[in-house]
Amino acid sequence: MQLSTKHLLGIKNLLPQDISLILSTAAQFKEVLQRPVKKVPSLRDVTIVNLFYESSTRTRISFELAEKRLGADTINFTASGSSVSKGETLLDTVNNILSMKVDMVVMRHSASGAPHFLAKHIDAAIVNAGDGINEHPTQALLDAFSITEKLGSLQGKKIVLLGDIMHSRVALSNIYLLKKMGAEVMVAGPPTLIPKYIHEALDVQVEYNLKKALEWCDVANVLRIQLERQNQVLFSSLREYNLAYGVSKKLLDGLKKEIVIMHPGPINRGVEIDSDVADGSQSIILQQVENGVAVRMAVLYLLAGVKS
Amino acid sequence: MEIILDKQQLHLTIHRLAHQLVENQIDLKELVFIGLQPRGLPVSKLIVETIQALFSNEVVKYGILDITFYRDDVRYELHKGTKTDIPFSIEGKKVVLIDDVLYTGRTIRAALDALQDFGRPQKVELCVLVNRRFNRELPIQPDYCGKAIDTLTSQKVKVEWDKEQVILY
Repeated sequence: MQLSTKHLLGIKNLLPQDISLILSTAAQFKEVLQRPVKKVPSLRDVTIVNLFYESSTRTRISFELAEKRLGADTINFTASGSSVSKGETLLDTVNNILSMKVDMVVMRHSASGAPHFLAKHIDAAIVNAGDGINEHPTQALLDAFSITEKLGSLQGKKIVLLGDIMHSRVALSNIYLLKKMGAEVMVAGPPTLIPKYIHEALDVQVEYNLKKALEWCDVANVLRIQLERQNQVLFSSLREYNLAYGVSKKLLDGLKKEIVIMHPGPINRGVEIDSDVADGSQSIILQQVENGVAVRMAVLYLLAGVKS
Repeated sequence: MEIILDKQQLHLTIHRLAHQLVENQIDLKELVFIGLQPRGLPVSKLIVETIQALFSNEVVKYGILDITFYRDDVRYELHKGTKTDIPFSIEGKKVVLIDDVLYTGRTIRAALDALQDFGRPQKVELCVLVNRRFNRELPIQPDYCGKAIDTLTSQKVKVEWDKEQVILY
């Protein structure tokens, strides 16, 4: 029993049985997190470095908690305030850290493919915590875990990814994962934020009308408008975006069935989602965050057991 | 293949263990039984059912414990976790761990570690169906033992619950 891969670089190269193994192991860890002592000593002889070249709240705290709850030793590295500003390359930085006997690297980088590059050059196991606009595998895994917990399974479920598909690594990882696990996937949003050939490339449905998309789905995963990655104007104003594509309470109340609302965070309140929806009874946003720790524990635990 | 315990012997042994377990500890409120996942489940269930039948107007406390995440060999071999369910406090209680076969002692070591995370028991005892006396790797011995046997490292002991027998092969 082990994963088919030594690194978790993306969902793209995972097998369905890898995903099932991670999700079922995460359920065990979720039980551990309900105990009076929320800690197990599985990785007590493992040292993990968290390399964050890009800002993060949830993912970094979640990974660090997961590592600590598994008994691992952790080191945190953020690009600001390090020798990166003196011009040290990524590979040099990582090799220097690894020479201090580190076993695993959790990495976030603004360049797509940075962890893949690293995987070719170093021996330690790498977990991608988000690379540019490519993938964010642990987010997709925790989304899948949360949907399974809420709806029982992924098979045949209809999931819409809503909003900024173009710049979203969460969207790409979610599409790969949901398709592998037998769910139906739709992307919805303004045409300027949806890649032109996504239907042909990834075999997902495309919808430009928010109401129709919500009518169709069981789960709506609302994505953040990534203002920091947009260097051209793709919609006229945030207010106009909210009017056309913001998920509001009124819109949800007008649907024939109750759908589940998710958001990977951080939320732009009043832009892609209104506050009364984000904090409402249909939202599982905070459960997603809670499940994140268990899912990341499962990933780290399973990768530590992969024999090279 | 050699049969160590046949169907009749197996049931007699379980009966004996159940009686031995409550012989010195009549106050069931202070006593809890914990079966070790996965292979200690059938034997612990039978023992607890037998005790429950003896004390029909009291509740026998019974939990199950998975020790996967407490193993000391994660880096060498991965095991799949299963359910842990201890729906009561073990603080200050006398805990009896129940497993099917005691061999290297490493599972019990992990179980003792795991128990700590649920509270501080007043006392922990070990009850096993079969005790393989040789090749112990840690200083751990059972307090209650169904059958003690001497075996080679190359041999295997298996409890076949479908045929209700214990075999050595």
